[in-house]
Amino acid sequence: MFTRIVTSALFAGAAAGLIAALLQLYFVQPVLLHAELYETGALVHFGGDAVSAHQDVGGIDPLRDGLSILFTMLVYTGYALILIAAMAFAENRGHVVTARNGIIWGIAGFVIVHFAPGFTLAPEVPGVAAADVYERQIWWFATVATAALAVWLIAFGRNWLAWGAAVVLLLAPHVIGAPEPDQFSGPVPTELGALFAARAFGIGAVAWVLTGLFAGHFWRREADREA
Amino acid sequence: MTTQTAAFAVSKKSVLLPILACAVFGMAIVFVTGHVQADLLHDAAHDVRHATGFPCH
Repeated sequence: MFTRIVTSALFAGAAAGLIAALLQLYFVQPVLLHAELYETGALVHFGGDAVSAHQDVGGIDPLRDGLSILFTMLVYTGYALILIAAMAFAENRGHVVTARNGIIWGIAGFVIVHFAPGFTLAPEVPGVAAADVYERQIWWFATVATAALAVWLIAFGRNWLAWGAAVVLLLAPHVIGAPEPDQFSGPVPTELGALFAARAFGIGAVAWVLTGLFAGHFWRREADREA
Repeated sequence: MTTQTAAFAVSKKSVLLPILACAVFGMAIVFVTGHVQADLLHDAAHDVRHATGFPCH
């Protein structure tokens, strides 16, 4: 069982992570590099002359981008391990997992680790004001944990008590609120911040659908090999 | 019948441990790559942390 989960997760996480990394480098990285020009003070967009929205943000940086690819693959391998462990647990309770319904598992994963925390703590471009990082991390983990439990209750709960609890769990972190900065001091144009958040969400959704699809596929393939 | 139930219970129990181990292993990977604030890790994973929506700095 252990080998089967790890093997499927390595394949699924590496494949989904590689695709996610390439999408991020093409769609997100230029926005991030552009924002860093404001973060470092190389560009200033308010209080002075208008600044062109078209800037040379530099090309490919082999070390930096190589590390990004490696770390994205690692993150998605970690996610795939958790996802496939949950799939194994569900199968153990009589639910069959396939590549096809793996897509739904992937969408659930996106909602849990991207959309739920990002709904209040939006994906941040470098150079925006934010509260203390440790406080945000605690809120992030708490929100992901409650969302995971809520999604499980929605999927496998059988009555309104379970579904009602899920709604409360989904709403609670956002009603309580995330750590916010006391002042807005970010030098980055709001246009870049909004585009960054939208693209981070979009690529997160694609990456998670692929993680779910690949996880279901490799999980089934490993089962067939064992059978 | 009793033996069957017992065997089934054992097989159910024996899969829970590897499932839990894998989930914890996965969480550890996500924590180290995405959240540990050590300078070296933070710098190496900086762009990924932002693009993946983790609180970064």
